[in-house]
Amino acid sequence: MLIIKNLHVSINSKKVLKGLTLQVNVGEIHAIMGPNGSGKSTLSAVLVGDPKYEITKGEIIFEGKDLLSLLPEQRSHLGIFLSFQYPIELPGVNTMNFMRAALNEHRKYKGEKILSSSEFLKIMHEKQSIVQLDENLINRSVNEGFSGGEKKRNEIFQMAMLNPKLAILDETDSGLDIDALRIVANGINRLKSSNNAMIIITHYQRLLDYISPNIVHILYDGQIVKTGDLSLALELEKKGYDLLNYETVH
Amino acid sequence: MVDLLKKKIDSDIIFRYNFFYLNSFIQHFMVNGYYLDHKIKKNEENFFSGSLNTFASQYPKIFLQYYNQQSNSKGDGLSAFNTMFIQDGYVLYIPKNVVVEKPIQLTNILNGKIDSLINRRILIILEQNAQAKLLICDHSIDVKTSFAFIQIAEIYLEEHAVFDFYELEKNTKKTIRLTQNFVCQMKSSKLVTNTVTLSNGITLNKYLIDLNQKNAEANVNGLSILDKKQQINNFTIIRHNTSECCSNVLHKYLLDGESIGSFVGKIIVASNAYKTKSFQKNCNILNSNTCKIYSNPQLEIYTDNVKCSHGVSTGHLNEAALFYMRSRGISNKKSRYLLKLAFTTDILQKIYIEDLKEKLQLLVERKLKKN
Repeated sequence: MLIIKNLHVSINSKKVLKGLTLQVNVGEIHAIMGPNGSGKSTLSAVLVGDPKYEITKGEIIFEGKDLLSLLPEQRSHLGIFLSFQYPIELPGVNTMNFMRAALNEHRKYKGEKILSSSEFLKIMHEKQSIVQLDENLINRSVNEGFSGGEKKRNEIFQMAMLNPKLAILDETDSGLDIDALRIVANGINRLKSSNNAMIIITHYQRLLDYISPNIVHILYDGQIVKTGDLSLALELEKKGYDLLNYETVH
Repeated sequence: MVDLLKKKIDSDIIFRYNFFYLNSFIQHFMVNGYYLDHKIKKNEENFFSGSLNTFASQYPKIFLQYYNQQSNSKGDGLSAFNTMFIQDGYVLYIPKNVVVEKPIQLTNILNGKIDSLINRRILIILEQNAQAKLLICDHSIDVKTSFAFIQIAEIYLEEHAVFDFYELEKNTKKTIRLTQNFVCQMKSSKLVTNTVTLSNGITLNKYLIDLNQKNAEANVNGLSILDKKQQINNFTIIRHNTSECCSNVLHKYLLDGESIGSFVGKIIVASNAYKTKSFQKNCNILNSNTCKIYSNPQLEIYTDNVKCSHGVSTGHLNEAALFYMRSRGISNKKSRYLLKLAFTTDILQKIYIEDLKEKLQLLVERKLKKN
């Protein structure tokens, strides 16, 4: 589904990713862990086409298409979704109008007909329940004045609405209390199917208690240095990133 | 050309020239500075809304008490020029304790085949406890003719009067609009103004507001959406001449093309005006590399114990917000449109007539979609 080959990325001429290679197949959940500044968020931003980053080398293929030549909105239409680490507030942009515009653009791309208000509302109410998003929040401006937990729930709600093939969850667990974490994780699990894939970026193993990844990667200094199964995450939780130094020495 | 001989503006004319027309409002028209007397049943009204000349002959005492008082003392050359050449105008006079529930719309039509300079005068008097809402719309309808007009408005709000004053400009690019609004506010009176400029040539709007007695409140809002070579200048001067008054100024500009905007806002808090609350804000978004904004927010405080602030922000649309929206599949163009629309929201929220708010929202949407 997604193939990243030897990806080099810089921001403000500082090299962040230094030859990252990754393959994600349909139906898989990948977890990417790594210390601060290792390039996790850069990877997610590059996948959705953030113009701040400069790709100096390498390629990204998504379902046979060269992703790097596509605009952010085109990538979204293809089915790539990023749950932002810091969701942006859009004062004055009503959540419902925002979602409706997004969903209809997706439908236009697929050649489906534009939804009427009532059809849209029906879908929205259905998806809202997945993350127990309050009705009041839907009627407010996107993310404006939302708490940290509400913002993350809103991200997963948007994901449910757009039903992506590849979802990238960038530290979706950070800033969540125990209950919110459970709600968000349950929501994510309900959205997972054998037809889609997920990349979960996280610092902590706690999210992985709820969502169990097939493959765990450790990103360090712009490269994937170690790949394993869930036990790698557990080991990391215990030993910290000293794990990497230990292995480099011996 | 609008047929003046018929003395009538019918639905045919309204549609043909695409006037901004609200059925729920009491309608008045002025053509080239002259009040158009048409089918208004005056006898049933307990207030006066009509021609300046008629008012002067019907209410000579009140006319002399108010007319030209502010313009004479606070005005400049422009208002003196207007006073000198004035032929007719519009008066809204609401006597003591009268509340006019139904909003009033005055449509100013400029038309003709010959380039012309037009003088127009507005006099608004709200006596104690009176309330009214007025919308003034400007339409110049001949695209090829150059118009310049000077509008001087004198507004008097006596004790506890409440006045909502909305202005909408939809003029051709060959129109020059120069307006001065003098406002004199007494105890506990409340003023809301909202000036929306959608299409124009060159515009200068000046507000000179005096808060003369305790608890007077003035809210001055404005939204200018400019493109091509439109030019707009808004000046607001608010003088807190006594204690415990409140004023809010919010002007927003969305500029595109080679348009030029300017904002000068001044708040003067006099030495006896303690417990003043005064806030002034100007926000601007530049959507092209060739548009310009000049902003000059000023605050002069001559006393202690006041709460005042002033500020300006100028920039592009928020790149992070744009990217967030695009990452959800919304095209760059649509994302920009939604963000621009969002920028105008808080000004449109400050329109307190639902019908007017909805219609203006549609006009703003249409204008932004074109860009």
